[in-house]
Amino acid sequence: MKKYIYRLFAYLCPLLVSFNAYALDKNVKIGVLTDLSSLYADSAGSGSVLAAQMAVEDSGLTKKGWTVEVISGDHQNKPDIGASIARRWFDVDKVDLIVDVPNSGVALAVSRVAKEKNGVLIVSSAAVSDLTNAQCTSNTIHWTYDTYTLANGTGTALTTAGGKTWYFLAADYAFGAALERDTAAAVEATGGKVIGQVKHPLNTSDFSSFLLQAQASKADVIGLANAGADTSNSIKQAAEFGITRGGQRLAGLLLFINEVHALELNAAQGLVLTATFYWDLNDRTRSFSKRFQERNKKGDMPSMPQAGVYSGVLHYLKTLDKAGANSHDGAQVVAAMKELPTDDDAFGKGYIEPNGRKIHPAYLFEVKKPSESKGPWDYYKLLATIPAEKAFTPISQSSCPLLKK
Amino acid sequence: MTTLTTNSIANSKPTAPVRDEIRTFIILTALLVAVPISGLYPFFVMNALCLALFACAFNLLIGYGGLLSFGHAVFLGTAGYITAHALKVWTVSPELGIVLGVAASTALGVVTGLVAIRRQGIYFSMITLALSQLVYFIYLEAPFTHGEDGIQGVPQGKLFAFIDLTNPIVLYYVVLAVFLAGFFLIYRSINSPFGEVLKSIRENEPRAISLGYKTDHYKLLAFILSAGLAGLAGAMKVFVAQNASLTDVYWTMSGEVVLITLLGGLGTVFGPVVGAFIIAAMQEYLASFGQWVLVIQGTIFVICVLTFRRGIVGEVAHYFKMSL
Repeated sequence: MKKYIYRLFAYLCPLLVSFNAYALDKNVKIGVLTDLSSLYADSAGSGSVLAAQMAVEDSGLTKKGWTVEVISGDHQNKPDIGASIARRWFDVDKVDLIVDVPNSGVALAVSRVAKEKNGVLIVSSAAVSDLTNAQCTSNTIHWTYDTYTLANGTGTALTTAGGKTWYFLAADYAFGAALERDTAAAVEATGGKVIGQVKHPLNTSDFSSFLLQAQASKADVIGLANAGADTSNSIKQAAEFGITRGGQRLAGLLLFINEVHALELNAAQGLVLTATFYWDLNDRTRSFSKRFQERNKKGDMPSMPQAGVYSGVLHYLKTLDKAGANSHDGAQVVAAMKELPTDDDAFGKGYIEPNGRKIHPAYLFEVKKPSESKGPWDYYKLLATIPAEKAFTPISQSSCPLLKK
Repeated sequence: MTTLTTNSIANSKPTAPVRDEIRTFIILTALLVAVPISGLYPFFVMNALCLALFACAFNLLIGYGGLLSFGHAVFLGTAGYITAHALKVWTVSPELGIVLGVAASTALGVVTGLVAIRRQGIYFSMITLALSQLVYFIYLEAPFTHGEDGIQGVPQGKLFAFIDLTNPIVLYYVVLAVFLAGFFLIYRSINSPFGEVLKSIRENEPRAISLGYKTDHYKLLAFILSAGLAGLAGAMKVFVAQNASLTDVYWTMSGEVVLITLLGGLGTVFGPVVGAFIIAAMQEYLASFGQWVLVIQGTIFVICVLTFRRGIVGEVAHYFKMSL
């Protein structure tokens, strides 16, 4: 008889526990899907994982009895691998939130999976503005920046600041073309003029002929609508040709602080760029960045995408905390996140639009001269602040299907 | 009279190698059919099956024809793009999408094959690589592929208007059926007179020519068959991943299929399948090791090439004196 009671107890115990867990589920699993091995490994990569862990600690949820687990994965910049990792995370590992996702193709693919599996996706690293336009979903929030911010920020602000004529150096693929088109539109809307453009093949090592054409055009601003190694190479070679010293301005349309760090100020000085986060903006960003740098094995300051991961995860956890339990219903959580105003050390106060676009100010920076810089990571000086409502696509112009009701 | 009868009976009995292969094939099929109840994640197995079919198609060319194509990804990717575009933009039915995809890569196979088979060895590989890179850059620029964003959110639809492919289990069995059909076709080709001629070309092409075979015809046919089957794998991959991207046309994918085939066992029937499952498992389950995935892959490849040159299946078959 005793044996039976024991056995009954043994059967019931897990049931009771699981029932309890169901009633007040305080388990959260966060997956950082990023590029750990290739071109985005510095601007996102392991720093993004660290940012997510810091957000978990800063949320204080573990002290309130929550279990928050952070896992990470490398999508190798392949959309099919990214989508299959995301699918497995949602299905098998019961991940609630996926963050970061550099690479536009991977981000769009994972966004589909998040919708299908009703999870939550916070995109920080990818720039593709389709995420909050034609391809928006009720499960995705696009956090840090997008191609509109970069194009519009740099285009409008620089033209207003006197850069009336523009010449574009664009990478010959969809991203380069989109960036050039959007920037040109912003330039022309502000009264500037595009006097020429040249396309270069992807992964070019010799930019001399393109740069000479740009130099000969006598345009006030040379816009670099490319990314990664192409941007670094074109900036280095522009420095060799003395383009910025000749009075022309070089505008990097997509450039992270890690790349400036790698280029060093001698090559990068005078470059103008748009970013939504810089570690040395104010006391709050400085305190966050100091903590980040101390714990970062690479010793780097946080980049804009990494700060976005921190801010996004923190807001997600705040929303869960407010709800009191994790419903594991992605669309519902995202809706709640859109209700709640955001506030954190990295981006200050902000909010999320109904199309999933996180709104905060953007900044136009100029890279300092070596003589102006006080040391490593002291790279940017602020030229202009683009107010939050002007930094992103106005909601009235968004083609997101969620907005049509 | 009697001798003739016994002779013919003896001949009609399957020989030992064929028996081994059929046995293994039945075991493999049984294992794969049981996947959904085994708790293995079906999407992982589907991915691996697409990769396996692709590798089998590649193996037909290198393992049996001795032709190392270093641009095979282009057939996988072409079918992927055409199928995805047909499903999403032209909203055709899944079966028609697959047919269009396979037709496109077969047609590309005819063109590439006609140019490439005129040369042997390294020159053949370089021509296939050059042509595949050419096509890659076309896809990078062409508006319908959406460049590096890829074709996303491809609807899966209903096969023959009644098989619902959005259900993972149903999709799994459809992918499995297509894989087995493709695998069987390759198996039959290898063990047909056509396959024998192909092997003879691999061993000694001038001799095959001297015996009166038009080796170019055989090589071209093998190339087209391989391209078409790689296309079939690409078309199925669209249903699994629901996207088509530049990854599948880039030369690294062509390199990956070489790795898979060498790892599993070059010129073995089941080698590419085993290799594909190993590589797919490494990509899936080692993803959390981050930057180490590629290092681990490289190390395994080096170890494999240095210690068991016949590949995994090749070594097993050699040890047990079986044909696999």
